[in-house]
Amino acid sequence: MKTAILFKKLLGAMFAVALLAGAQAAAAQDAATVASGKVLFTRLCAACHGADRSDQGRAMLPGTDALRIKYKGQLPALLEQRTDLTPDVIRTFVRRGTWSMPPFRKTEISDAGIDAVSAYIADAARTKR
Amino acid sequence: MAILPPGVSAANFAKALKEFEAAVGKEWVITDPDEIHPYRDYFSILKDQDDELVPSAAVCPDSVEQVQAVVRAANKYKVPLYAISTGKNFAYGGPAPNLRGSVTVDLKRMNRVLEVDEKRNTALVEPGVSYMDMYRHIQERGLKVMIDTADVGWGGLMGNALDRGIGYTLGPYRDHSNACTGMEVVLPNGELMRTGMGAMPGSTSWQDYKYGFGPDPSGLFAQGNYGIVVKMGFRLMPMPEHWRTGLITVPRRRDFIALVDMVNYLTDLFVIGEPIYSSPLNGLLGDAAFRRAALDFNEAEMDRIAAANGRHSWQVELQFYGSERTTLANWEWATELILRTVPDAHCFAGDSLRMPVTTAQIEAAERPYPAPYSSVMRRNVMHGVPKLYMWRSPGRTDDSPETWNETHIGLFSVVGRSGEAVLKAQKDFQDIVKRTRPGAEFVASLTTPLQWNPNTFFLGNSFFGTATRNDNSPEGKIRQLKELREVLKLNAEAGYGDYRAPPLLQDDVADQYSFNNHALRRFNETVKDAIDPNGILSPGRGGIWPKAHRSRRGAVRK
Repeated sequence: MKTAILFKKLLGAMFAVALLAGAQAAAAQDAATVASGKVLFTRLCAACHGADRSDQGRAMLPGTDALRIKYKGQLPALLEQRTDLTPDVIRTFVRRGTWSMPPFRKTEISDAGIDAVSAYIADAARTKR
Repeated sequence: MAILPPGVSAANFAKALKEFEAAVGKEWVITDPDEIHPYRDYFSILKDQDDELVPSAAVCPDSVEQVQAVVRAANKYKVPLYAISTGKNFAYGGPAPNLRGSVTVDLKRMNRVLEVDEKRNTALVEPGVSYMDMYRHIQERGLKVMIDTADVGWGGLMGNALDRGIGYTLGPYRDHSNACTGMEVVLPNGELMRTGMGAMPGSTSWQDYKYGFGPDPSGLFAQGNYGIVVKMGFRLMPMPEHWRTGLITVPRRRDFIALVDMVNYLTDLFVIGEPIYSSPLNGLLGDAAFRRAALDFNEAEMDRIAAANGRHSWQVELQFYGSERTTLANWEWATELILRTVPDAHCFAGDSLRMPVTTAQIEAAERPYPAPYSSVMRRNVMHGVPKLYMWRSPGRTDDSPETWNETHIGLFSVVGRSGEAVLKAQKDFQDIVKRTRPGAEFVASLTTPLQWNPNTFFLGNSFFGTATRNDNSPEGKIRQLKELREVLKLNAEAGYGDYRAPPLLQDDVADQYSFNNHALRRFNETVKDAIDPNGILSPGRGGIWPKAHRSRRGAVRK
């Protein structure tokens, strides 16, 4: 009887360890996705949508400035502070373009790359708020 | 499949696509209309209309061998191709083909920097390398060379050079096509050719000597359709120790002639980078009397009002690359030169910065000149730092919060490189606006030349050009197209050719170069027919139509 209880406990512990390992693996995978999304954001998005200053004393880069004018403070001008951007929304903007932002081809950024950028923006918005 | 390439049956197109898939992999042959969307010209005047210049498909090779296989398959089924590198080139057509239904060959995946030699100051790159990619490559390795970047840094070195793009630093580098040091090309029959020393097996000097021996055909591939360039070499500027600027102003309208003479002298001695001309009198256009005088080219009155307001008529900002002492000596020399011919010119010393400059120095608001003079120099491009600052131009701004420039088009005419030629062109351009849009008011008398190319002036007709926010209705866009075509004709009548155009206007620009019953075009098309008998490579690009498609010249929205 005791052996059976011990065996059950052992099984339970093993299951918990497996769950933890799975969660850790998923977390590691998420972290890797966010990291790759950050690289892509930096290379492909930040020149317009980053937080840097612009040239000749202008406070904002063109994409950030355009969103400032559009949202008038109702939403953040910086993409990295937006919590409302779903991967589908981001994919639509990237693939279809919007206003003066032209669409991007899949040779420039893959669908997985767009998802990674979305993950990075979500993570940045969560941690930078 | 939304559309077919012209002259190709559905069955043959399907077979061609299969062969493309075999060459590059199924994933990289794009036919889904949603995925084709980014291959359109996002700023097209004909957007969403039945005759918009859209491709039928896109194929995306990752190697020279794949490009060759694609070209061979296209020949087999006579499918017209249109090659793009980074696919930007907005204002000049973006990634869209000259012939609707062409298959776009998207070379963006070929994005390797093959070599940067900081002793010889050269580079060899693949088509997909953007200015930003190249800058990152150099920075990550700490190489002591700089690039000459286009204003919008997402563009590519190769594509920009092949459309005769320009930059901002010293003359030999900012003429991007001329800075090419040799290339590797897939010819229309799929064969691979190298130019210059690259044509010699085992050569160790491909990027040093662009000519090799015999005729150098590399110029044929710029604004042409004789091959798909898959590697291109470039001469790079070694990183100077120091950068210095200075502003020279001259008081009277006619002093512009002496100012240009002085700047040309220094340009042709390779002493200065791109000079930036402008007129401080733009600030007086709100004054009704001055505006009237400027509209009437009443020079005496313009000079009188300028003097009364304490403003000089023209300014040029000069930039010097070198050491701290040589740049200072050259600035002092420039001031001596202008004061010899215009004794009441003003000379203001500007920035004096150790290179490479910092990000904070690029972004700085403070500029060194006293009011009413100001610097309009964009430091990032003067230092070869690719950014997207200029992408503010077509977008939402505080002045225009609810519209954007949906038909962003560049239009710049080649004007003789002298003060006299510019002053005459200003009048001609104003006259062209009056004839094209009667009743419109356009002040051309303060328009200054762009010396993007060191050997000539480009003059933008800003009334019709890239900064204009037009009527964005479909009818308004067509009206704009008709006006632009009329402007190009009138430019030619006045002796001005345009240097670059989107596909929709390339036949119109090619028409300007009509000496001896279009001898140049007939020569180009004789060459085209000889090397591309099936007419598969970029039909119509540069106004060069192969025999198979020649009837399509000027056919889009006549």
